[in-house]
Amino acid sequence: MTMNNHGRPTSPDHVPSDRNLDTVSGSRGLLQAEGLIFEVGTPDTTGVDLPKPKNRTGRLGGVARKKGTGLPGLSEPQAVRHYMRLSQKNYAIDLGLFPLGSCTMKHNPRLNEKLARLPGFADIHPLQPQATVQGALELIDELAAWLKTLTGMPAVAMSPKAGAHGEFCGMMAIRQALIARGEGETRKRVLVPASAHGTNPATAVQCGFVVDEIKANEIGRVNMEQLREKLQTSDDIAGIMLTNPNTCGLFESDIREIADLIHEAGGYFYCDGANFNAIVGRVRPGDLGVDAMHINLHKTFSTPHGGGGPGSGPTVLSEALAPYAPVPFVVKDEDGVFRLVEDMEGDASESFGRMVAFHGQMGMFVRALTYILSHGADGLKQASEDAVLNANYIQSRLKSVMTPAFDGYCMHEALFSDAFTAEGIETIDIAKSLIDEGYHPMTMYFPLVVHGAMLIEPTESESKAELDRFCDSLESIARRAAQGDETLKGAPYLAPMRRLDETKAARKPVLKWVEPNADSVAAE
Amino acid sequence: MTRYTQPTTFYTKEHEWVTVHNDLATVGITHYAENQLGDIVFVELPDVGAEFSTGDDMAVVESVKAASDVYAPIAGKVVEVNPVLADKPETVNESPREKGWFCVLEIKDGAEIAKLMDEEAYKAFCEGL
Repeated sequence: MTMNNHGRPTSPDHVPSDRNLDTVSGSRGLLQAEGLIFEVGTPDTTGVDLPKPKNRTGRLGGVARKKGTGLPGLSEPQAVRHYMRLSQKNYAIDLGLFPLGSCTMKHNPRLNEKLARLPGFADIHPLQPQATVQGALELIDELAAWLKTLTGMPAVAMSPKAGAHGEFCGMMAIRQALIARGEGETRKRVLVPASAHGTNPATAVQCGFVVDEIKANEIGRVNMEQLREKLQTSDDIAGIMLTNPNTCGLFESDIREIADLIHEAGGYFYCDGANFNAIVGRVRPGDLGVDAMHINLHKTFSTPHGGGGPGSGPTVLSEALAPYAPVPFVVKDEDGVFRLVEDMEGDASESFGRMVAFHGQMGMFVRALTYILSHGADGLKQASEDAVLNANYIQSRLKSVMTPAFDGYCMHEALFSDAFTAEGIETIDIAKSLIDEGYHPMTMYFPLVVHGAMLIEPTESESKAELDRFCDSLESIARRAAQGDETLKGAPYLAPMRRLDETKAARKPVLKWVEPNADSVAAE
Repeated sequence: MTRYTQPTTFYTKEHEWVTVHNDLATVGITHYAENQLGDIVFVELPDVGAEFSTGDDMAVVESVKAASDVYAPIAGKVVEVNPVLADKPETVNESPREKGWFCVLEIKDGAEIAKLMDEEAYKAFCEGL
C-alpha cells in the first residue's frame, strides 16, 4: 500500500477498473448535484416563522390574489446551499487558465479590489455635490490622461460602459462629424473585414450605416486589392471598422496605408481596441491614423468581466472627432477644481449627446488606474510582450499536433484550424474534452474566416508551468482527434452535466419552468 | 439570351443554388453549405416584394456554429418565400435541394444567369476547396 508522509494510505488497495461512476445522489464526490430552485423549494416552505396576525382585515377591497404565486419557498440553509452549490460549478479566472480567445481573461489583481473598496470611491453617489467628490473626478481625469498618453490620442470619452458601447460612441462621433460636414445623408457605407467581431457590423447598422464586407487575404489580413477596389467609388464612404491586432491574432501590417486610403476617400478610421492588450506600450494607435478606438478596461486594464463585473469602454478620439464627444466629461479648471461638463454648450456645443446617466463605471476606473499605476509604463509594456510571448509559446508547442491557421508568429492569441482532426471529429469535440481536463474551452468557430477555428488567448497572467500543463492536456486531446478517437464525441464525461443537445436547445428552447404534473393539477 | 422553359439549376461560389424556370428563380443553399454549417436552427427570410441586387444580403441562416448571410445570386424581386422554414429550419439540412428552398425571385436580368456555374462546374469548385 502506498503511504504518504503522514503514514496514511494514499490509495485504496482494491479499485476495480470498471467502477461505475453513477451515484444515487447524482453527485460526483464533492461535486454536488443540485436541482432547480423550483425543485428544491416548495410553495409551502418559508424561511421565516412569524405569528399569524390577529384580527387582520384585508385592505385590497376584494382584489387580493386568491391562489398562491407558486413561487418556491426555501429555508435559509436550503437557500444558502442552493446558491453555494451553483457557485461551485462556476469556472473562473481565479480557478484556472481561461483560454477564451479575443476575451482576454487575465488575472484581476487584488490590489485593484482593495482600492476600489476605499469608502471615498465605493460609498459616493453620482448626484453628490461636485465639491464633495473632487478626488473621484480627479481619478477620472488622471485615468483619461493615461489612456490618451498610451494611445497617442488627444481626447477620450470616459462614459461608455462596455466595448460595444464604446464602438457605438465612436461611430456616433463619426456620424456627427459627417453631419457637420453636410455629408450625413450621402456617406453611409462602412467597410468591415470578414474577420471582425460581430459587434462591429451591428454597431454600424445601429448608427444608420450600411455594412460592406472586405475579405481576408491568404495571410489573414485585410485584402488590400479589394479595399482599393471598394474605395474607387468613394463618395459614399463613411469609414472603416478594423480590429488591430485582428481576430486572427495577427497585426494588420498595412494599417498605415489603410488609414491613408480611408482618409483620402473622405472617411474615418474606427479601430476596435478589443486587442489593445497586445500592443500597449509598444504601439500608439494615434500614430497609426486611428480616428476613434474603444478600450476595454475589462480586458486590457485587468478589471473583472465574464459575470465578474461590468465592462467599461472609454473611447479615444482624434482631433477631427473630439468636438463631437458625448457628455458628460471632466475638465480641470484653472483654479485646480475638477468640474463635470454636463450640458451641450461651450466646450460641448457640438457633442453628439449623452450616452449614459452618469460619469461611467467609477468602480472600474479605480481598478484600471490602480493597474496602470502599479505597473507603470515599463510594466504595461512588459505585460503586452508577455501576453504575446505566452500565445506564441502555445502556438509553438502545439503546432506539430494542431494546424496553426496562418504561418509565422502570432500576437496575443494563437489560432488553429480543424485541419488536423480525423474525419468526424470536430472542433466542438476538442472543446468539450478540455472540460474533462479541468479547463474552460477556448473560443471556437470564431473568427469565421478559419474552418473550425480554435482561438486560444492565454494572457500574460500564466506561468510557464501553467502553460505547459494546459498544452499537455490539449496536445493529448489533439492527438486523439487526429487519430479519430470516437470517445471525444461523448465528452465531457466528468463534468456535472454531460454534453447538451445544443441543436434541440436552439430549435426548441425551454424558456420557462413548468411543474412536471401541471396538467393533472389543472384538471383538479 | 437563353430562356429556360424547363427548370435548370445553377450554382454560386457562395454555395447557393438557383433553379431557373421561365421568369422565376428558386433559391436555396447547397448540400455542401448546410453540411458545413451543421444543424440549422433558424432561417431569416426576406419579405415578399423585397428587391435585391446581385450579391445583396438576402437571408440569414443560423446554425449551432455560426450565423451566415445568404446572398442574392442574381438581381430580382421576391415573389414567394418558403413558409415551412420558420417552424422547421431543420428542413434545410434534411432536404436542401427540395423542401428546404428559401425563396422565389422574379428575375430582373436574364443575362446574369450566364455568370453562374452549372452542376459540373460547381462540383469541380467544391472539390477544389
